[in-house]
Amino acid sequence: MTEKNDVNTTLTGGQEKIGVYICHCGTNIAGVVDVAQVAAWAADKLKHRGVVIARDYKFMCSSLGQELIEKDIKELGLNRVIVAACSPHLHEKTFRTACSNAGLNPYLCEMVSIREQVSWVHTDKVAATAKAKAMISGGVERVRHQVPLEAMTVPIHPDTMIVGGGIAGIQSALEIADAGHHVYMIEREPSIGGHMAQFDKTFPTLDCAACILTPKMVSVGTHPHITLLTFSEVEKVEGYVGSFTVTVRKKARKIKEDLCTGCGICQEKCPKKVIDDVYEAGLGYRKAVYTPFPQAVPNFPVMDVENCTYYEKGTCKACEKFCPTEAIDFNQQDEILTFQVGNIVLATGYDLFDARRVTNYGYARLPNVFTSLEIERLSNAAGPTNGEIVLRDGKTQPKAVGIIHCVGSRDRNFNNYCSVICCMQSLKFAHLMHERTGATVYNFYIDMRTPYKDYDEFYQRVLEEGTLFVRGKVAEVTDVPRIPAEKGKLIIQVEDTLIGKQRRIPVDMVILSSGLEPRKDSYETAKKFGISCSANGWFTEKHPKLDPVATMTEGIYIAGCAQGPKDIPTSVAQGAAAAARVLGKIEQKEVALEPVRASVIEERCSGCRICNGLCPFNAISFHEDRMVTEINPALCQGCGTCVAACPAGAITGTGFTNDQIMAQIEGLLLLNIGQEPVAA
Amino acid sequence: MTDQFEPTIIGFTCNWCSYRAADLAGTARIKYPPNVRLIRLMCSGRLDPTFVFKALASGADGVMITGCHPGECHYIEQNYKALRRFHLMRRTLQGFGLEPTRVRLVWASAAEGAKFASEVASFVEEIRSLGPLHWGKNNGKDDVQSPTQQSKPEIAEVPA
Repeated sequence: MTEKNDVNTTLTGGQEKIGVYICHCGTNIAGVVDVAQVAAWAADKLKHRGVVIARDYKFMCSSLGQELIEKDIKELGLNRVIVAACSPHLHEKTFRTACSNAGLNPYLCEMVSIREQVSWVHTDKVAATAKAKAMISGGVERVRHQVPLEAMTVPIHPDTMIVGGGIAGIQSALEIADAGHHVYMIEREPSIGGHMAQFDKTFPTLDCAACILTPKMVSVGTHPHITLLTFSEVEKVEGYVGSFTVTVRKKARKIKEDLCTGCGICQEKCPKKVIDDVYEAGLGYRKAVYTPFPQAVPNFPVMDVENCTYYEKGTCKACEKFCPTEAIDFNQQDEILTFQVGNIVLATGYDLFDARRVTNYGYARLPNVFTSLEIERLSNAAGPTNGEIVLRDGKTQPKAVGIIHCVGSRDRNFNNYCSVICCMQSLKFAHLMHERTGATVYNFYIDMRTPYKDYDEFYQRVLEEGTLFVRGKVAEVTDVPRIPAEKGKLIIQVEDTLIGKQRRIPVDMVILSSGLEPRKDSYETAKKFGISCSANGWFTEKHPKLDPVATMTEGIYIAGCAQGPKDIPTSVAQGAAAAARVLGKIEQKEVALEPVRASVIEERCSGCRICNGLCPFNAISFHEDRMVTEINPALCQGCGTCVAACPAGAITGTGFTNDQIMAQIEGLLLLNIGQEPVAA
Repeated sequence: MTDQFEPTIIGFTCNWCSYRAADLAGTARIKYPPNVRLIRLMCSGRLDPTFVFKALASGADGVMITGCHPGECHYIEQNYKALRRFHLMRRTLQGFGLEPTRVRLVWASAAEGAKFASEVASFVEEIRSLGPLHWGKNNGKDDVQSPTQQSKPEIAEVPA
């Protein structure tokens, strides 16, 4: 914004012309605060502090209310505006725009929250009115020290990086790439697909996960606007919205991607079998050179150097011998790639709760206790048993199955939160067990949560199929029988809260519906990207309701389970939403940054470097030659920590200067009332 | 109205968590005593300890510092810096011969409107039990623009 008229200058004492506007908000404010009295008081008692007009109005945010302010700015030549109304988080933009329309720098408008902080929280009308006055007085003192600010604009680089190739990331990548903008997709594992690629069926429609996912994976792999970097991790992120510089480590696959055709002969010839802990959840084997699953994208194999015979013993190279295109390269090294992007979407997903932590359920101790992911692999036609559901011995079909909900979720010992997907997942397993084995199926639940479209219908369907539901938290799974009928079985000890009795239910197979947890490294990831995590470790969104895919760091968006537990439809919706936000940013071509920034007054800087270590955004640098500190305004996020730390007062923080805060303190304590009029 | 002492408290909030907690207390219509007057900062890390001493020297009876929970700071870790300074401030107050509990630090996330309100209420009670501070008067300083005298008529208007 350019300077529109001569009032937009820093004022010296005596030049202030402050307008104070007090909103009734219908009866929201006026019902508790005597707004007319406050207006009269401000006009009288704060006159010597520069208040030239104080008005109260029914709805300041209405177009008539805004016009009132605009008219006063033009006619009375106001150069500062106080709006005492709701929270600035609601209408600050409205009133700043109104001021801007009237030619006043928008940052010369200040809001005082007398609704959220006064009328809605206090009942005593006299006290509330007095508090409103004090707060307005504070606002007036503060705004007197406000200076016009200009929003800084930076260009937006049109490329985007998406971290995580699960369904949320895939959706995001395709949306952006289809719009014609370039996308870098970074995936840690050798293939994209994420957890969804491991699933057999998806609730509530029971369509096959692979059938709906793999076409999307292929689109990502072949899309002209997508650079797919699998087996890669982000090492470093520098910069800010519009121009991030990203450093990515592309781990050595030991395969030359340009020569490999994905024929699979190397895997066939590799003599080393390794238990597949990742994709097959420990139930199946893979080779030391492998693609995680047949439909992997990209279809290049990857060498597991920890298990490869050549790396262990220095001999073998069977894969190299048989590779028809000479694509095997035992000497390949990690590559470090650096590129520029304007926006970043984090879709890093979740980790499954480790069921071993609930020791009383016996996972990893009792062989026929399975986790949900193991069941997904067991029931998958492409899985280790070709879709046959059998016990750990590999041949016996279970005759009775117990499915335990909320393992690690809604449990104070582990995670307080609800993992969202477990009820539906358990119902899906119940259905599959019925269909595939004809077994008697018990579901042990605390509360049944089936809230979305067609979910409850699915629950009804599973009920009708004859699944037995026991409401109660399972105390223990044991193999110690008390009666002959329990011998050789797993016994589920549970309080059935609907009949008010303890029950022991013998079954052959127990399925633990494990909850979702944030990635083990979610805190490090958050730190790397400059965003924050909730206490649990999920990435924090900008607003829990109104801005669910943005983060507090501009230009960084989150999608899918990285933000919190969610099912596939919601993950896809978030992926698309994040893409829409990114496309919106790209279309803007440049972005205005809030002008709340710290800057160093060089003459005052003693070069003590106390501030140097305080900035988590690397905005502070030190000039050895001149022995002064400098703050990069584009990197500065405006927290003000360095301002508070500077012993010389050499750092100022626009919008929140020491003068402003000190003045506001005096104003709030009404020290200004008895003061001398501001010198002309 | 009884003659009980009504403390004046200055509260500092960060823009992202605790100010929003105050907003939420409002939207949820959770009641708390009107003794606290808030100043919004971008981050609790912006809190210069001199702000706190300025407030106490200018007539406030207590200062409440609020910020995001550790680990949830919008600026990643700046609330930890506020935490360090908070301990420094308490020690300094003790050095002055004042009750260190006149400064309280509260973590409140944007979802904790109820916690914000209850912390205000309990802090008001705590300060009430400590009694008025009268920093300026007790130190006999004239240059501290007498917190109590001129402002008392207005402050006294604030009942419970």
